[in-house]
Amino acid sequence: MLKRNKKTKKGFWHDAWYRLRKNRSAMFALFILGLLVICAIFADYIAPYPYSLQDYNHTFEFPSRKHLLGTDNFGRDILSRIIHGSRISLLVGFSSITTAIIFGGLLGAVSGFYGGKVDNALMRAMDILMAIPGMLLAISLAAALKPGLTNLVIAIAIADIPGYARVVRAAVLTIKEQEYIEASQCIGASDGRIIFKHILPNCLAPIIVQATLGMAGAILSASALSFLGLGIQPPTPEWGSMLSSARQYIRSYWHMTAFPGLAIMITIFALNILGDGLRDALDPRLKN
Amino acid sequence: MDNVIEIKDLSIQYATDEGIVKAVNHLNLQLARGETLGLVGETGAGKTTTALGIMGLIPDPPGVITGGEILFEGTDLLKLSKQRLRAIRGNKISMIFQDPMTSLNPVVTVGDQIAESIRIHEKLSRAEAALKAKDMLELVGIPGDRYGEYPHQFSGGMKQRVIIAIALSCNPEVILADEPTTALDVTIQAQVLDLISKLKKEKNTSMILITHDLGVVVEICDKVAIMYAGEIVEYGSLEQIYDQTAHPYTKGLFGSIPDIEAKTSRLKPIPGLMPDPSNLPEGCSFEPRCERSCQRCKEENPPLIEIGNGHFVKCHNYGKVGEGEDV
Repeated sequence: MLKRNKKTKKGFWHDAWYRLRKNRSAMFALFILGLLVICAIFADYIAPYPYSLQDYNHTFEFPSRKHLLGTDNFGRDILSRIIHGSRISLLVGFSSITTAIIFGGLLGAVSGFYGGKVDNALMRAMDILMAIPGMLLAISLAAALKPGLTNLVIAIAIADIPGYARVVRAAVLTIKEQEYIEASQCIGASDGRIIFKHILPNCLAPIIVQATLGMAGAILSASALSFLGLGIQPPTPEWGSMLSSARQYIRSYWHMTAFPGLAIMITIFALNILGDGLRDALDPRLKN
Repeated sequence: MDNVIEIKDLSIQYATDEGIVKAVNHLNLQLARGETLGLVGETGAGKTTTALGIMGLIPDPPGVITGGEILFEGTDLLKLSKQRLRAIRGNKISMIFQDPMTSLNPVVTVGDQIAESIRIHEKLSRAEAALKAKDMLELVGIPGDRYGEYPHQFSGGMKQRVIIAIALSCNPEVILADEPTTALDVTIQAQVLDLISKLKKEKNTSMILITHDLGVVVEICDKVAIMYAGEIVEYGSLEQIYDQTAHPYTKGLFGSIPDIEAKTSRLKPIPGLMPDPSNLPEGCSFEPRCERSCQRCKEENPPLIEIGNGHFVKCHNYGKVGEGEDV
């Protein structure tokens, strides 16, 4: 067999990765997120102190060599708490977005594929959900359920479902008009097979972009809910709840609010930059 | 000779906001086993709609089959349940599409796409289906080790071969080929047509070839049906249609083809356009463009009459005004 030119062997994902690699800021964001994931996984080894160790001789300490980011009102090391907090943030961000994608994607795929009355009923239900501000919906859900990690994830996921349903529906509507979908009907494929094997893999690009951007929103919502006392409960370190408990000392001890805030900011920033980069990389119109 | 497919009085309409579009009107068609039927007509004549009707894939809404029967080996396809129909699609009747560029899923390897059709209809393991798919690839002249490659790594002609492999993978009784060579260039066209007719002969498959290219028809068809505005205007064997052309529309089609030998400075196109299918004329649908139209043509839609052994024509004036006259 003839040796084919290497360049033509590239697939769509290969091309996308190549374009993403050329985008410096997106690669930097990816690097930061990589660091964050490592922090979350190896938190027990990286953090200099246990996150709940209280040292009453060293409360409200400013950043020093011993406590790089200072200590809080119980003398707990803020750096260690931020490192441990990344676990919660990433976990909440990832699992709520995954849940939202699964349910939103399924609803969107079904309503896009079948159209007609099913589509109308599902999308109007999504419109109702969308009419309620996302944060308000999450707050009321979190308040109605008991505060805690699982319920936090559920609350954020439900508020995010309509967005994914719409994105997936729009993608399905374009893909299902393609001739290869008709062709797969012609070989006798069932609706389920067509949706899962032929339509959804072709809608991955917009879903990935929405997920990256959505994860930033989910982490922010989680922090906000924890700040309001509806999310993660102390002593579990969570960036939002750290902010919340530090807010009464903000005038005298800036470091207690500044560092968790910075952690949130950097994470959101990195996710948004990466999301933008992915959108550019996965947009076929920019292919060249 | 037994008929694999028999279409009786089939009518298909599309209900749109602008009105009811009569895409197929009282269509009768037979396809004998092992035979190739060329379904010829210009764009919008209802050829593809007929094929989709046989597959049971008329988009509904807006498409509605308003009457008639489609008999496949004696059973009416229009009365079958969705599951039964799905078992026939791809297995007994399969389709080859017009545009190979868009008829393959870009994110699934070509081998898997062939194997998929095999696995839907035959109880085979993944590995067995893959093996069979590889054989199919070899059969259409593609090396089996390209099984794991994606459609974008193939050229147009290769893709069309893959589509033919998918269509033939379950040894169907009937292949519906919807302009299989329109999107290909002429040399590849010839290769693909040769391949189709070779495989068809080997497996004794019947085929309906939809095309608007009379040159393609003459290469592989046994019978020809000329379609105009959702109706068959002339039907007969290849020789009858080409040598004893009876309908003015068919004559017009031949008149529009450049002839290498004849020294004519201009082609003779058919004047006018096909009638709006949502507003068909009361009488003969070809009457407004016909050179031989008469009062009767305007008022009464002519029936399909047999003028020779298996040669049908739908015209009031056949045999009246100097037969054999050049149009």
